[in-house]
Amino acid sequence: MNTKCDKCDQPAEVHEIDVEAGRDVHLCREHAVEAGFQVPQSAPVTELLTQFATMPPPGEKPTPRRAERPTACEHCGATFARFRKTGLLGCPDCYESFARQLEAVIARSQNGANAHVGRVPDRSSDLVDLQALRRSLIEELDRAVASEQYERAADLRDRLNTLTADEARG
Amino acid sequence: MNLKQTGPWIEHSGPDADVVVSSRARLARNLTGLPFVNQASDTQRREILQLVRSLPFASERGEGLVWIDLQQSTSEDRRLLFERHLVSRQFIESVSPRAVAIADDEQLSVMVNEEDHLRMQVLLPGLELEEAWRRAVEFDRRLEKHADIAVHPRWGYLTACPTNVGTAIRFSVMLHLPGLRLTNELERLRRASNDLDLAVRGFYGEGSDSSGDFYQVSNQLTLGVSETDLLATFVGEVVPRIVAYERMARDILVERSATLLEDRVHRALGTLRSARLLGIEESMKHLSRVRLGIALGLLPDVPLGTVQRLFLEVQPAHLRRIRPDSIDDTALEPVGEDRMLDDERTRRRRAALVRHELGG
Repeated sequence: MNTKCDKCDQPAEVHEIDVEAGRDVHLCREHAVEAGFQVPQSAPVTELLTQFATMPPPGEKPTPRRAERPTACEHCGATFARFRKTGLLGCPDCYESFARQLEAVIARSQNGANAHVGRVPDRSSDLVDLQALRRSLIEELDRAVASEQYERAADLRDRLNTLTADEARG
Repeated sequence: MNLKQTGPWIEHSGPDADVVVSSRARLARNLTGLPFVNQASDTQRREILQLVRSLPFASERGEGLVWIDLQQSTSEDRRLLFERHLVSRQFIESVSPRAVAIADDEQLSVMVNEEDHLRMQVLLPGLELEEAWRRAVEFDRRLEKHADIAVHPRWGYLTACPTNVGTAIRFSVMLHLPGLRLTNELERLRRASNDLDLAVRGFYGEGSDSSGDFYQVSNQLTLGVSETDLLATFVGEVVPRIVAYERMARDILVERSATLLEDRVHRALGTLRSARLLGIEESMKHLSRVRLGIALGLLPDVPLGTVQRLFLEVQPAHLRRIRPDSIDDTALEPVGEDRMLDDERTRRRRAALVRHELGG
């Protein structure tokens, strides 16, 4: 979108509808922050670099081999080369991103075994939501403390404690 | 830091205590939606800490777990946790946000932000792997009730290092094997363990030496074998065989060189009871011989629990926590781990402690 910021000439990054005024609002990152909008963080530099490094040079089509074997995990940006060096993966999704390469690695270290046998968690369907709620409360609490909104922080802490107490009971 | 003088469990001797010092079950778990620790930013690592700390079972009012933030603890306290087998060396050497939650009896502890988000261990005296496993699972069930754990339909529990996937469990036993060392049979044990996909390590795990003739035996495989099958092999075959092998070696020593053996045991006790300066390695060596003497019935007056406790108390950080007036007047100022030298004052303090405990 090429809309300019309502307050300056910078390209707008935040597009909202002001219900009270009945009009669209377009703001650049700086003015959006000033107006109190939550602006999503841009991708970390390392991630951009990884994407850049794994991009084929201009004019060259990606080879099927490249397409089959991704060199960086889409989710966390960790590369397979890094795994070779450290022996550690970047995130749970790396197991999907590097599925083909890992199959051999795992089989070698596990005496040829290729599937899990044993315990798995008894999952409850609303668990993911609870964890997401807990995370967002913690994040909000951090922000409130950082911006010295102590009343709000106290309120958030209460909500977090209630959630904890509820879970302990349930 | 509010830890007791020694791990409360260490003085209690469990089943097969003549050879088996302790049993441990350790589970690695990771939360979904967050990168593994090695790929996480410090902000994300702090988020993981807060997330775990806010779980009902981990909070102080929950189950009596004590939460220790390693970034806020002194290097002496961190070293103490390591000597106590509650955290790994890698964990105390790291500088990033990390914490350990420890149960009052120190039998259960959870490292947060080691290689995986959570590494929980149950550590019990003697050969009690089944009980360690039972308690670890009990804790794991409570964890998964409140947290979303990364699991893959094919690979099982996901871990930062793919060599731990599957059950992500490590069973290990700490064994005292002076008989096998004195009869030069350790190499055979190592080879046999290797064939059985078991790892043999020293007193302080990975990368440590076998100080005091202690060896830690653990499983390497985590995939394709269920926890119960692994446990059955460990408890039913592996450990009993090593224990029998060690006892056989001790019998051979008694049969062939009873006098020499008695002499070594009593000399060791004599040294510990009368030395005025004791180095760490020397202490471990003599304590090991005394432990062997107790197991063989040669030292009926020396309690195994006391010797067991001394193996920990002679370690640098433990030694520094003992009230000076209780054993001698050597005041040791708090210093960083890098300065925990085995200098004369330290060796004097160690000798005083050992004499005090063994009635020298």
